[in-house]
Amino acid sequence: MDKNQTRMNTSKYLEASRPILAVLAAFLLGGVLIIAIGKNPVEIYGKMFSMTLGTGYGVGQVLFRATPLVLTGLAVALPFKAGLFNIGGEGQAAIGTIVCAAIGAALSPSLSPMLAIPIGLIAAMLGGASWASIIALLKTRFGVSEVITSIMLNFTAYALVGYLITYQFGIEGTMRTVEISHGAFMPRLDALTGLFPRSPVNLSLFLALALATAVYAVVYKTKYGYELRAVGLNLEAARYAGINTNFHVMTSLIAAGALAGLVGANYVMGYKHYYEAGGVNGVGFLGIAVAMLVNSHPLWILASALLFGLLDYGGLTINADVSKEIFLVVQAAVILFVIASQKAFKQME
Amino acid sequence: MSPTAIEFKGITKRFGDFYANRSVSFSVERGSIHAVVGENGAGKSTLMKILYGLYRPDAGDLVINGEKRRIASPAHAIELGIGMVHQHFMLVEPLTVVENIMLGDEPVKNRVLIDRQKTVVRLFELSEKFGLSISPYETVGSLSVGLQQRVEILKLLYRDATILILDEPTAVLTPIETEQLFKTLKSLAKVGNTILIITHKLDEVLRLADRVSVMRQGELIDTLPAASATKETLARLMVGRDVLLHVEKNDARPNDEILSIKNITYTDAKGVKRLDGLSLSVRAGEIYGIAGVEGNGQSELLKLLWGMPEEGATVSGSVAFSETPILGKTPREIAALGVSHVPEDRLKYAVINSFSISDNIIFGRHYERDFLSAVGFNLKKLWAFCAEMLSLFDVRSAKGVSPNERIGNLSGGNQQKVVTARELTRPNLKLLILAQPTRGVDIGAIEFIHRKVIDARDKNIAVLLISAELGEIISLADRIGCIYKGAIRKEFSQTEVAKRRETPNEFEKQLGQFIT
Ligand SMILES: Nc1ncnc2c1ncn2[C@@H]1O[C@H](COP(=O)(O)OP(=O)(O)OP(=O)(O)O)[C@@H](O)[C@H]1O
Ligand SMILES: [Mg+2]
Repeated sequence: MDKNQTRMNTSKYLEASRPILAVLAAFLLGGVLIIAIGKNPVEIYGKMFSMTLGTGYGVGQVLFRATPLVLTGLAVALPFKAGLFNIGGEGQAAIGTIVCAAIGAALSPSLSPMLAIPIGLIAAMLGGASWASIIALLKTRFGVSEVITSIMLNFTAYALVGYLITYQFGIEGTMRTVEISHGAFMPRLDALTGLFPRSPVNLSLFLALALATAVYAVVYKTKYGYELRAVGLNLEAARYAGINTNFHVMTSLIAAGALAGLVGANYVMGYKHYYEAGGVNGVGFLGIAVAMLVNSHPLWILASALLFGLLDYGGLTINADVSKEIFLVVQAAVILFVIASQKAFKQME
Repeated sequence: MSPTAIEFKGITKRFGDFYANRSVSFSVERGSIHAVVGENGAGKSTLMKILYGLYRPDAGDLVINGEKRRIASPAHAIELGIGMVHQHFMLVEPLTVVENIMLGDEPVKNRVLIDRQKTVVRLFELSEKFGLSISPYETVGSLSVGLQQRVEILKLLYRDATILILDEPTAVLTPIETEQLFKTLKSLAKVGNTILIITHKLDEVLRLADRVSVMRQGELIDTLPAASATKETLARLMVGRDVLLHVEKNDARPNDEILSIKNITYTDAKGVKRLDGLSLSVRAGEIYGIAGVEGNGQSELLKLLWGMPEEGATVSGSVAFSETPILGKTPREIAALGVSHVPEDRLKYAVINSFSISDNIIFGRHYERDFLSAVGFNLKKLWAFCAEMLSLFDVRSAKGVSPNERIGNLSGGNQQKVVTARELTRPNLKLLILAQPTRGVDIGAIEFIHRKVIDARDKNIAVLLISAELGEIISLADRIGCIYKGAIRKEFSQTEVAKRRETPNEFEKQLGQFIT
């Protein structure tokens, strides 16, 4: 029996270390690639880690890049618990950002931050949420698959945002909007604390942290979350249990849209202070990977987003030595290795 | 070839510290029908899953046709001629019968094209040979349970299985379907196939099996020839005490009408009439039993009563609960009136497999005030309730039932107990709708659940009981309606039922005439 106990314990440790091993393996693979292009992987990785995790600025950059990924990761994870696959984070983020930029610009420059910041946040959320509500409506009213509509709406969002920046809210001759009201600037952490000097990481980081915790609590601790998970696990049984399944489909998708929309807060209010075309492209898609990597667990998404933030910024720091594509390969390898290791272990059990 | 088809030699299987099987040894003769009986959680399914390669034993050997084998996977088992029909079917519902049968072993023509015709031909041969007729192009999801099971059996025969494992095959069948199945099994055994069958129905063991092995708490208690066994001896071996095979009950004293169904017609999305002018009423303090062969409208009636008619179905007529019309109401609104429902298909409708026991024991009741706190659940109350239910309904599992355990880890009968516990203890209960409430439950637990249903009736609750088990209907119901082609074809009044119950075998035959 004792032997059994220890075996169980070791297997628990193994389970916990599994993603870490997978990440290491992915880096190893990247190392091989770096050797293949005639560079020294120890040097390159050394440079990358010292420039990301070794400096305040680097850490700030990593955190800044992780922030939107937490949001879009959650935007995938929450509906996923209800059995829905929201691939529309991309579009929801773009619409959230443009609404945030437009409303932010319309605010009076003298408006107090106490008002202007919440207004900007709400604008971003409403933008994303309204975009997601189209998916939700089509799903609940007509049974159209959310996968299809969310993909299509991503392209629509790109086009719409392009149009709005060019013809409505943009500065002529550029591909960006006008600057938002000063009051709506989200304070940067270096301004507040002196940490992470000159990096764009801002208060949105804490917002994302708080939201991840909140989503976790909602999913696992509340009646709403209990019903939501039931809907995801067994729709028919959920109906029998008197659960209004459409309500959960609706609300989880709309909440996901709001989460993705907040990407705009980080980008517009915390960083650029305007929307430059293409500025938030890609975060929605990366969010899918962020969520899938950790089985859509809201708290683990924090770790997953950090990893992707690290890879994202890490790639930039060594851009001069190896092409960014090498790093994209490492990124992809991380996802594949982690997912494959999960499946492999499950089979062994 | 050796006359022994299978030999279990000291098979042990642990889940954590819990022994689901503890050095189980017995042998099964070729060409025989061998029954395995035992209480819920005794380890029967586990043992069969080991034979089928789904679990690996922690100790012990399997000898198949005289050769020691390590069965690594179901695919390997099939190669060795071992096939299994699970307690819960493993069919792909949207696919047709042929497609299901050839799945994983598709015949091919011109290298790439699926040769469906070939399978159909084989299928017809097999169905002819063993009396298993079926229409090949129907989608499996639209078939009755009995026919789905037939598909499962054909699937095995199609793969040339010579050792067939059936885990509670008759739990879902009507007497006639059971009869047909037994005929099939006997003819299969006659030509040299070996049948291993798990069942909770002791009559069936006596009627069908050549030999029977009894398990209790993971251990093999005895293997004996069926001819030398009786229901009582088997029950005692299984449970370790004498079991009351028929619960006693006093006469019902019915009161006001609680449920009134008038002239209901139900046409499904495909335009098939499933209910055709069905009327019945249930009064407080009585058990109304609906006897019938599956597929005569019971499922549709249940769906209607629980506010879940299929999409596209058209319904006419009226259903009233104490004079409140309930057609068009949602399950939640109906439950709020004081109605409770044990659905026929537990896995599909009544539990969430990967939720814990405590999450399941409030499933569908999770919005009751008592279980909630300001933001989430009142875990303390919830756990206390769960613990109470588990002990009251004697739910057993590995690790001594923790409310935290996944319900999917419970044995089939124990899952049913959890559902029954939940539905029988709803507050303010006025109408209890029970569909196959003891499906897959062992005789000890049947005695117990029947007792609880009668208690509920005596507390002035109206009970509507739908069961494919005529024995169950006869021993519980105060009035009986025979359902046939979507209508009540014959109703037996309380006095009639009371009188005929004295000769249950004859009554069963009589009922049989009205449902076919
Ligand atoms: N995967 C599993 N993990 C943990 N415990 C399990 C698992 N599978 C089965 N058990 C436990 O092993 C015991 C035996 O289960 P098994 O399904 O073999 O019972 P059974 O005899 O088939 O019962 P029933 O008549 O109710 O179907 C039960 O207590 C069950 O809870
Ligand atoms: Mg079983």
